[in-house]
Amino acid sequence: MSDQILMKGNEAVGEAAIIAGCRHYFAYPITPQNEIPAYMAKRLPEVGGTFLQAESELAAINMVFGASAAGARAMTSSSSPGISLKQEGISYIAGAELPCVIVDMMRGGPGLGNIAGSQSDYFQATRGGGNGDYRVLVIAPASVQELADMTVKAFDLADHYSIPVMILGDGFLGQMSEPFTLPEPSGKTFDKPWALTGAKGRKPNIIASMRLTPEDLLEKHNLELQKTYQEIEANEVMYESYLLDDAEYVIVAYGTSARISRSAIGELRKEGIKVGLFRPLTLWPYPYKELKAVSDRAKKVLTVEMSLGQMVEDVRLAVQNDSKVDFYGRTGGMLPVSEEIIRKVRSYGG
Amino acid sequence: MEAKAADFKYVYDRPKSLVDVPTHYCPGCGHGIVHKILAEVIDELGIRDDTIVVAPVGCSVLLYNYIDVDGCEAAHGRAPAVATGLKRVHKDKVVISYQGDGDLLAIGTGEAIHAANRGENFTTIFMNNAIYGMTGGQMAPTTMENQVTKTTPYGRDTADVGFPIRGCELVNTLEAPVFIERCAVYDVKHVLKTKRAIKKGLQNQIEGKGYSFIEVLSMCPTNWGISPVKSAEWVKEVMEPYYKLGNFRDL
Amino acid sequence: MHEEIVVAGFGGQGVIMAGKLLCLAAMKEGKHVSHIPSYGAEMRGGTANCSVVISDDPIGSPVVPHPTIVVAMNGPSMRKFEPRLKKGGLLLYNSSLIDFKPERDDIEVIAVKANDIAEDEGSKMAANMAAIGRLQAAKPDLVSLDNIIDALKIAVSKRNQKHNEVNIKVLKKANSSTT
Repeated sequence: MSDQILMKGNEAVGEAAIIAGCRHYFAYPITPQNEIPAYMAKRLPEVGGTFLQAESELAAINMVFGASAAGARAMTSSSSPGISLKQEGISYIAGAELPCVIVDMMRGGPGLGNIAGSQSDYFQATRGGGNGDYRVLVIAPASVQELADMTVKAFDLADHYSIPVMILGDGFLGQMSEPFTLPEPSGKTFDKPWALTGAKGRKPNIIASMRLTPEDLLEKHNLELQKTYQEIEANEVMYESYLLDDAEYVIVAYGTSARISRSAIGELRKEGIKVGLFRPLTLWPYPYKELKAVSDRAKKVLTVEMSLGQMVEDVRLAVQNDSKVDFYGRTGGMLPVSEEIIRKVRSYGG
Repeated sequence: MEAKAADFKYVYDRPKSLVDVPTHYCPGCGHGIVHKILAEVIDELGIRDDTIVVAPVGCSVLLYNYIDVDGCEAAHGRAPAVATGLKRVHKDKVVISYQGDGDLLAIGTGEAIHAANRGENFTTIFMNNAIYGMTGGQMAPTTMENQVTKTTPYGRDTADVGFPIRGCELVNTLEAPVFIERCAVYDVKHVLKTKRAIKKGLQNQIEGKGYSFIEVLSMCPTNWGISPVKSAEWVKEVMEPYYKLGNFRDL
Repeated sequence: MHEEIVVAGFGGQGVIMAGKLLCLAAMKEGKHVSHIPSYGAEMRGGTANCSVVISDDPIGSPVVPHPTIVVAMNGPSMRKFEPRLKKGGLLLYNSSLIDFKPERDDIEVIAVKANDIAEDEGSKMAANMAAIGRLQAAKPDLVSLDNIIDALKIAVSKRNQKHNEVNIKVLKKANSSTT
């Protein structure tokens, strides 16, 4: 444990991005993720990188667009209302097939809402807040360690598939400090022959999302994107199972609500109730098949969220039996209460 | 006497950096002129291999089809942010943000002003034709008082929608820019002046001096609903008195 | 062992740092720890607090709605957090600054003259150390005094390392004191 350090989730994301080779970070301040820009402002100059406080979230995501088009690993971070503003840019980045990492430390909404942690951006993260047929690979860590590890992985996934990857945390994860071990760089390198580097000795490279003739270009382009998405769905699903082997009751939760559910499961198991946790780590691609298999053996599937029911739609799609699916959520920056989860599961008559 | 090829000398040729494709611009449009002088300047400065152009949303979104250099599209108004990202990665490349009036002074005012204010070391070419071209002739932030457009069918009423915005004067309130000039392309003399301004803007960037802003008063005969010749006159007679030509800053 | 702790006071009393110190010390003992400060708008108005969980098991929520231990460094903090304490929990309060008594009779109460102890040892700043030192004496299973002292090397910024000598004196003094 001697190599463990104590850091806020937000700071761990920053350091992990630097470990991953990110040298270009652009953002606009918003609580509860302000430690990320503060950390990057201090650290990036030390490693020869560029930190720039943009004039808006719109500008920040488009600076990321430019830096990524130039071939660099680039990142931005924000929190829910700021992510809404970035959606335009995310759509363009997806359309132009550029890699980048976007961090969303979710807070309460709608509107200005509040600054406490929340999980009510599930829709705008996984369904896309921007226009067009596109996907964003969404990873939802549940600890500071996972935030750091997944940030490093996010850059590789982004470069491998040339797509935007989102780290979906929440205000509590960003603000909390936990012991963790700094991740190692993956060592992977990616050729970017499409990057804008000046057209010396070659034809010009063009980065664009516009395809003006629908019959032969945009549809073809979108079908190509779909192929990439299918490949991601086949290869990049991540989830965690906890005490599911004999589980009659399955709790499905991600991020902070998964941590709380895990504590509740500890209590319920002491009472002899066979309950386990299914924790999606990727929210898109969603582990539909894996959850289906688990739920087929279960009597009840309880979704726990820090929202009034967003991921539960994917749970229903996975389980394909609505009468089995139950939901418990808190909203507006409130956390699910362990005792409530326990009461719910007890009520199933276990 | 029969002339032989050897007797002829090229005195004028298509710029190497201007791609030989049919233009999609309307007759009398200013974009073609500015594209051509931009290509000439790129040739003259020998920077074809090091130049990246950022195309805006608007008629000139296809800029990268005409200039034989690396090109990048930007969302409407975000060209200065995209150019910032590109330039912050490639400090040794020449980055040009080419923008129209809606792009620069309406939807992208924030990006434009803040890139200029940071003194980003790239060059902005701002095409002001007092109207939205691509979407079919709606009011621009630079539309003249009483000018009729699709969205000002009774003429621009300044009491209702405010006055045309002067880009150069606005940028000139900022400390960081090193070069600010307003030009026009309605006759040969002014085209040459515009070319000199664009060249200066790019030279500034190559020398690492900082942000240059070149506004070009341009023609849009199609959406103005008048002939190319009349359009050139309209720039001179209606636009120029309000948008004074000249250099605002040259540091 | 599983304790959910709130350390609360006004800005400048070092409550966030005191929480970090506990975490760093418990990490050395291989325990699970989490630390989360109150942040943003909640910080305005001069009160600051942090939630610390120290446990033998993995930690669920880092946020502590009903603490098992409250360390209250000033009056407003005690008013705010005493009612939230779990039944049978420990309220340790700074009686140098708090001139009223806790109301509940279903909790354990320790008054510590944190500022007086710190000032006696020559520091106007180390009241937080006095509180932590006294807490360790009351809850020896939480974390050892030696590890708290050792964790000062990381918890205290380089700039303030020079104060560690007096910090240690205050920690020890409060640890062996019953007032």
